[in-house]
Amino acid sequence: MTFTLNDEQRMLKDAARDFLREQAPVTRLRKQRDEKKNGRDPDLWREMAAMGWAGVIIPEEFGGAGLGCVALGAVLEESGRTLVASPLHSSALAGASALLLAGTDAQKQEWLPKIAAGEVTATIAIDEGAHHAPTKSKLKFEGGKLTGEKKYVADGHIADLIIVASADALYLVKSDAAGLTRRELITADSRGAADLKFEGVAAEKMNGGADMIDAILDRARIGLAAEMVGQASEAFEITSEYLKTRRQFGQVIGGFQALQHRAAKLFTDLELTRSCVLAALDALDRDADNIAEYASLAKARASETLHLASNEMVQLHGGIGMTDEHDAGLYLKRARVAEALYGGASFHRDRYASLLGF
Amino acid sequence: MTKDLEAFRTETRTWLEENCPPSMRTPMTGEDDAVWGGRNYEFKNPEAKLWLERMGAKGWTAPTWPAEYGGGGLSADENGVLQSELKRINARPPLFSFGIWMLGPVLLEYANEEQKKEHLPKIVRGEIRWCQGYSEPGAGSDLAGLQTKCEDKGDHWLINGQKVWTSYANYADWCFCLVRTDTSVKHEGISFVLIDMTTKGVETRPIKLISGSSPFCETFFTDVKVPKHQMVGRLNGGWEIAKRLLMYERTNISGFSSNTRVDVVDLAKQYVGVSDGVLEDRDLRARIATHKMTERAYALSVQRAQEEAKAGGNVSHMASMFKVAGATLNQDRCELMVEAAGNRALGWAGEGFSADDIATTRGWLRSKGNSIEGGTTEINLNVVAKRVLGLRDTQ
Repeated sequence: MTFTLNDEQRMLKDAARDFLREQAPVTRLRKQRDEKKNGRDPDLWREMAAMGWAGVIIPEEFGGAGLGCVALGAVLEESGRTLVASPLHSSALAGASALLLAGTDAQKQEWLPKIAAGEVTATIAIDEGAHHAPTKSKLKFEGGKLTGEKKYVADGHIADLIIVASADALYLVKSDAAGLTRRELITADSRGAADLKFEGVAAEKMNGGADMIDAILDRARIGLAAEMVGQASEAFEITSEYLKTRRQFGQVIGGFQALQHRAAKLFTDLELTRSCVLAALDALDRDADNIAEYASLAKARASETLHLASNEMVQLHGGIGMTDEHDAGLYLKRARVAEALYGGASFHRDRYASLLGF
Repeated sequence: MTKDLEAFRTETRTWLEENCPPSMRTPMTGEDDAVWGGRNYEFKNPEAKLWLERMGAKGWTAPTWPAEYGGGGLSADENGVLQSELKRINARPPLFSFGIWMLGPVLLEYANEEQKKEHLPKIVRGEIRWCQGYSEPGAGSDLAGLQTKCEDKGDHWLINGQKVWTSYANYADWCFCLVRTDTSVKHEGISFVLIDMTTKGVETRPIKLISGSSPFCETFFTDVKVPKHQMVGRLNGGWEIAKRLLMYERTNISGFSSNTRVDVVDLAKQYVGVSDGVLEDRDLRARIATHKMTERAYALSVQRAQEEAKAGGNVSHMASMFKVAGATLNQDRCELMVEAAGNRALGWAGEGFSADDIATTRGWLRSKGNSIEGGTTEINLNVVAKRVLGLRDTQ
């Protein structure tokens, strides 16, 4: 196991940091929101794809960089820091993983090069109710056609290609297929999502069953946890800086022990969570045999840490923290969406306990 | 792995096969199995003595200390190989020692040649057992407020005062001690001295804790004469050494947890009950799951810090963070164990309770000290806030 990035991964991370701070700071998300773009920013995605990020985990034979999940995790973490709205997670990780793991040779040949180039974006459609519950699908596949519903599909309103899971199988659907109705959702995090209705939609079956769905989800969960660690880190650093500059009672408020201890505890929590996420990304790349454990560990801890960090960001900023003008609210809103996506802390606690045999 | 390391692994494996006695390859059954060494140490098991002697002679009780001071002289990589080989055969630690964990590292850094030659080899071989004279009745969290007086009497130091929370002082041969050599200043008036516990005027009295055990003592110094050469570092330069040593101590305490032989999950399964593979008390199950995740997160973080240290990163400032996290983790574990075992963990003594039951009760009570000893959680959070996060009291 390793926690430290190699030179190649480090360079990618630094490049991502520089680019995103320059081209996609939080003000970009704010502008998109104010212009009611609901997560659409094709110009930014084009540039990100030009940097090679759409194909980080896609092997070179399919036009990607073949750098692996640790590398993509590093980019996702950086994208989390500035709340970048893009298909980086849904397409470059979740969608690409679904095709890599469950795609037939023909499906891989057809779609992976396009995904790697960023020309096509893919996403995965899992849930059908208010909570993440991959085993409770009612989706039906008969005579090559899908019937049923998927809810709150991340980037479902912008993806070209949708990998749809039933309780025990996966299907490939083009988003413009006949019989597929998309209802665009305007979500609190300003990224948008979609409810999908399938009424006899032509679909291609992919490989694998329930275990495959879990394997794909675990990659999505770990990558999302990386993005969340980025969000939590930035939320913490912004807050910590504020404690050093905001003055009351004739001194900086960071001098008050009550606040120092809250900051120190949050920092400790964040560092422990970071270790879990780094270990989980590494587990993916070395194809460890307990990836499910790592995934639930990473996603549960990232959810708890980001929950705390985003709440503390609002509270410790005081009055300004509850205004729309300040970024704290943007971190808070993205936090809750990311927490719920692919299972929150309580879902993954339950799963972790089951995996550990109790 | 390089060729040299592979050769070292083979050599180490062979040596351990030949030299680690069979009973030293079984899990420790309790704190009584820990070997602390020292002048008057009575080995319960002759194989434990043999194991200590063999490992001590190799310097492998302190593998990375220089060989000239009795250490193993191993590189970090070689030590990694040694530790993994020890783990492979489930070898018990040959020695538990404050000398190795705390004093040795600062002697290597601050002591003069004569002091290093005198003390380090005896620590490595477990011949001298050390205790730590830091806290005083009036100097706990505010350690630098210590008052134990050390006067220059020309050919010797004269020491008068009282220490408290001196771990195992009643068994120790020597004490590394913080004393006041200048009363006009605070931090800059502290010196670091080494005291033979058999010196006239040294007295110890064990303190009984809520767990019933007595790991700590009060230590009294009445007109104790200490030879001049037993001061480490310069006069009034002890605080820097003290802080460095605390760092080693905190790193160490954070990794130590009592009564880990019984797993909380097994205990809960046994006493709470399971249906369809799931603990019947769902609320307790969720809390145990959270705890298990924190435990894993902590272990991964220690591993990560070791890796970063090896890569040349400075992780020393993280000791306080690990101390806080480790103490909380062990306390949570002990509370969950008591809850999981129900009435079984509320016994104190007698035939109605098994040794494991009593260990759960006593371990829980002992764990209350984890967030107090070696710097309270509050003090360590101060350290994290100030030194790691740069939040200062006034500016």
